[in-house]
Amino acid sequence: MSVDLSTPEAAPPRGVSTLRLQVRRFAANRLAMASVVVLTLIVLACFFGPYAFPFTGEDADFDFISAPAELSWPHLFGTDEYGRDLLVRVLEGGQVSLTIGFLGALAAGGIGVIYGAVAGYAGGRVDGLMMRLVEILYGFPYVILVILLSLLLGGGNMALFAAIVFTLWLTPAVIVRAQAQSLARKEFVEAARAGGMTGSRIVLQHIVPNCISVVIVYGSLLVPEVILSESFLSFLGIGIKEPQASWGNLISSGTSAMDSDLRLLLLPGTMLAIVLLCLNFIADGLRDAFDPNDR
Amino acid sequence: MLRFIGKRLWHGGLTLAALVTLTFFVMRLAPGGPFSRNRKISPEVQANIEAAFHLDEPLWQQFGRFVWGVLRLDLGPSTRHRDYSVNDLIASGLPYSLTIGFWAIVIAALVGVAFGLAGALRRNSATDYLAGTIGVVGIAVPIFVIGPLAQAFFSLRLEWLPVGGITEGWRSLVLPILVLALPNIAYISRITRTSMIETLRENHVRTARAKGVGWRRVLTSHVLTGALLPVIAYLGPATAAVITGSILIETVFAVPGIGRHFVDAALNRDYPLVMGITLLYGSLLILFNIATDVVRAILDPRIRHER
Repeated sequence: MSVDLSTPEAAPPRGVSTLRLQVRRFAANRLAMASVVVLTLIVLACFFGPYAFPFTGEDADFDFISAPAELSWPHLFGTDEYGRDLLVRVLEGGQVSLTIGFLGALAAGGIGVIYGAVAGYAGGRVDGLMMRLVEILYGFPYVILVILLSLLLGGGNMALFAAIVFTLWLTPAVIVRAQAQSLARKEFVEAARAGGMTGSRIVLQHIVPNCISVVIVYGSLLVPEVILSESFLSFLGIGIKEPQASWGNLISSGTSAMDSDLRLLLLPGTMLAIVLLCLNFIADGLRDAFDPNDR
Repeated sequence: MLRFIGKRLWHGGLTLAALVTLTFFVMRLAPGGPFSRNRKISPEVQANIEAAFHLDEPLWQQFGRFVWGVLRLDLGPSTRHRDYSVNDLIASGLPYSLTIGFWAIVIAALVGVAFGLAGALRRNSATDYLAGTIGVVGIAVPIFVIGPLAQAFFSLRLEWLPVGGITEGWRSLVLPILVLALPNIAYISRITRTSMIETLRENHVRTARAKGVGWRRVLTSHVLTGALLPVIAYLGPATAAVITGSILIETVFAVPGIGRHFVDAALNRDYPLVMGITLLYGSLLILFNIATDVVRAILDPRIRHER
């Protein structure tokens, strides 16, 4: 007789893990959950939407130059003055903006976490030096730094990305350092040290994982910041350049065509605003879920 | 207190020196130069022009020349705008940038604090929701989207205000100031609301109430002093936000201020102008950060005695 493994035994009263509680709290936040859904839809639309059209955002259609937005196939939202499809350009621009946003936040967050964890764990003179550097960089006007860096790196997507990451890792570093400082004094870290664990392994295996919840909360705020920086630089003509589309340069060209045709501005502007709104709501929801005291 | 200010000034000076040095070398190392984009000119002429601007000297010598210039408050001639010195260009642009930035901060502080107070005192009222909505919109919708939309609506549709430029006196500054104020209104009202709600829960406020102090008195002398501290602390970041914003605002509304000058100068590798504006923005930001710290230290003794 075989034992039916799938039959659940009389389950002992199970404790709810902190993470599960946090996820549950987040899921109860309707605004945040709605934002997750909307954002997912936008991401899917940006990455898969362009395949539904027989052309790319850089193809000019000379039969439809400056076509109006009449929701008629194939140019649903019309075309710009070169006959390029507006909707496809906005979706392709979204790919760039969203990719830079998420990767940038990940990179800036990663650098900040490591830097902050090392400084906080090391303490003493190392910490003082590392934090003095952060303090000096904090005193810089952010715009100047990001503009100069993207020029130094020769323009283009990678330069833009690097410049943004370089200017945005400071806040996570400061936050993680505070967390790491208090962790470094905990008994389990002392135990690890007594057991002969090296400093770098303690940082990676004990300090960093214990900072994760703080990092998630503040990291989620980095995504809209990166997207904003990217579109801001592209708007000024420093970031992503034509013919490649990004929300920033689409808004910029929409602005110059504003008096004749407002939709060139409205479509990318609305998309950017919706994405930023969703990301802000999600970040708020995460903060409430992970840190309920701080309302 | 004097020691505190002195220490802050010393750190501020170090930061400024680091900023200026970094900017100088980053700018020179960036590909391209001030005269490399022009139409083909003969190598002799090119060499002559570069010699006239001392671009042929080794980098460290150029840097020394720049530092010496800064000490004499002479930032040299612009490489882009012929016959203009950097001092002239900054002097012509600064009044516009300062006017717009100053009024944007004043309006943002007044409106933001008012919204935040109203929201905290009447939680979940219509005012609270209105303030919350403005807060969300102001934070999420960037200036370079709101600006053009405001132009389209108030200038092109209603024709109330000029689209841009500075030809119509104060009327041309209304839209730039309001658009620049909006994100700061959002931040300030958020900060005020949270810190008001926190302060209202504090023990000393409850004690004052329990001892029979009038509500108005409690608000003015027990709640506001504490609740406005974070708002004052925001003054430093607000300066940074206004500097960033002014670059966008001046682009959108075609204001010939120094923000737009900076972007053009950076794109055209106008080294002296970039250095001049960096120096100016950097000192402004650092001074405001110090001023913020000093005001906070006066209001809150705990900060003064740190470290």
